[in-house]
Amino acid sequence: MTSPTSEKAGGFASLAAGDRVAAQLYTDPEIFDWEMEKIFYSTWVWVAHESEIPEAGSFKMSHIGLQPVIVNRDRKGNFNVLLNRCRHRGASVCEVPKGKANGFTCPYHSWSYSLEGNLRGIPYPDGYEGVTEKRDLPLQRLRVESYNGLIFASFKPDIEPLEEFLGDAKIWIDRFMKQGAGFPVKVQGEHKFRFNGNWKIQLENTTDGYHFPIVHRSWMASVDAETADMLSFMTDENAVTHALGNGHSVAVMVPEHVDLEEDDGTEELQERFRHIIDELSKTMPPEQVRRIIRSMHGAGYNLNLFPNLSLSMSFFRVLRPISVNETEIQHMALGLDGGPESVNRERLRIHEHFQGPFGFGTSDDSEAWDRVQRGAVANPDMPILVNRGLGREVTVDEGWKTSHVTDETGMRESYAMWKRMMSDEN
Amino acid sequence: MKTETVEEVAAIDNRPALQPFDLGLGRLSDPLVGRAIELIWREAQLLDDKDYEAWQTLYTEDGKYVIPVDPDTEDFESSLNMVYDDARMRHMRVTRLVQGYSMSAVAAARTSRTISRFTVEGITEDTVTLRSAQVLVGFKRDRFQMLGADLTHRIRFTGDDARIELKLIRLVNSDSAVNASGFLL
Ligand code: FES
Ligand SMILES: [Fe+2]
Repeated sequence: MTSPTSEKAGGFASLAAGDRVAAQLYTDPEIFDWEMEKIFYSTWVWVAHESEIPEAGSFKMSHIGLQPVIVNRDRKGNFNVLLNRCRHRGASVCEVPKGKANGFTCPYHSWSYSLEGNLRGIPYPDGYEGVTEKRDLPLQRLRVESYNGLIFASFKPDIEPLEEFLGDAKIWIDRFMKQGAGFPVKVQGEHKFRFNGNWKIQLENTTDGYHFPIVHRSWMASVDAETADMLSFMTDENAVTHALGNGHSVAVMVPEHVDLEEDDGTEELQERFRHIIDELSKTMPPEQVRRIIRSMHGAGYNLNLFPNLSLSMSFFRVLRPISVNETEIQHMALGLDGGPESVNRERLRIHEHFQGPFGFGTSDDSEAWDRVQRGAVANPDMPILVNRGLGREVTVDEGWKTSHVTDETGMRESYAMWKRMMSDEN
Repeated sequence: MKTETVEEVAAIDNRPALQPFDLGLGRLSDPLVGRAIELIWREAQLLDDKDYEAWQTLYTEDGKYVIPVDPDTEDFESSLNMVYDDARMRHMRVTRLVQGYSMSAVAAARTSRTISRFTVEGITEDTVTLRSAQVLVGFKRDRFQMLGADLTHRIRFTGDDARIELKLIRLVNSDSAVNASGFLL
């Protein structure tokens, strides 16, 4: 493959300016191939949450870009991320989405691997005498690091430490996990769907406050007045988006729920949760009940972590590029590990109401993203605009570029990172 | 050539004889079952016609409409589902589908569904539970979509009236990617 950097005048850098990007970013298969190399195989990519692999031997299948991986927890408690590809003739060694195992045995000729990926057994080994040593053929291991329960992996052995990559996003990850209200956060279940569009269309959407009252009008019309009011951020000047660096950004939609530990006591608990309040109050002190109920809708923001994860209010949004015009999305519902059953159920019902292929929100988002992909093929010379709010963007004390939550500050941050990584010579 | 009987085969490898397999086919001729199937087909037609307001009147007041994610679960309350509708949610869903604010509902695929392979799972004095297979073909913007599902309907009869008390839709791809659509199953 010849690099379009050499072919196209100005290279990738010319395709993304500060306030606009070329529409080919959604439609050009060659750009997609380079994105896999220069972004997905060159940075930290989220692969799992700790709660999905709770015990020694727990594993799940995941992806980094187009490549299948296995994420597991070994007997020492370490996380391993292994390429799901046998070292013999390439078969996948695991096709069970989630489970518990002592290791992985390839179905084709039964080469068997440990949880750490070491090749343990080769049947009829005499044919390999003097040819191959088992220790030279482990499953390919990736770099793994985790932060506050989030497990990331990278193909790049010499990549910077995860915490450096996350930078100021860590503050927002820590705040996000406070919705456990004293309990660890756990994944309770997930919705999975695909749409006919490029992965960056979804990446943009996570900090797009602008579309909310339009695309989600039918959801707004269906919820109680208090919930609708909570998400009426269009004219709330405290509802802002911060660019956090390295492509990460956060869109604050419910400013009073940014830090769920901060509570001045003025907020009325939502009446829709009355039955749970009553139930919990029988055994819990009022402060704890209040803490749990205020956290019911999750944190008051969407944190976009470049390139594939978002911590979105009360769920994880994971994106997986399939091809230039197809993307798979997972919406993972979160609950309180060891918390009250009634609270976790209510959180599932809230999730079902908006998310998933039949949710009142997701169906319409998905339709909007399909429409972007269909329209973007018209006149590729016409740019995609991400300039909303440029005139009112300021830099706050923390050093974050900040504008209203309906502005496109988060998208500009993502595309600045895209440009940096795509122009990187390595 | 001599063919062994089921008992003889079982005796050879020492297993208990197989019980005759009951598909419930004998009961398909039960008049209540006939009325239940008629209702299920009527429902299918209303859904293909997107006549959601008429569709929701087919349900009992405490009726449930469920599309689970987990293929094995019976405990929908504590699992994440794609749809877990009681009357209130079903009513809101119908409003959303017909009021014109939802861009996916406005642009929903045209659908045609076939329901067959009925088996009788249970009959009481006033309920019939049927299992069936559904194949739905949808078409939207140059693309066909196919969705296969195993259905369970529990129909409640009150005098001349027959209504759906439970509809359980187990999509063959329920725990994999299921694409968003503006229509109902
Ligand atoms: S391909 Fe895995 S053992 Fe042969
Ligand atoms: Fe949305």
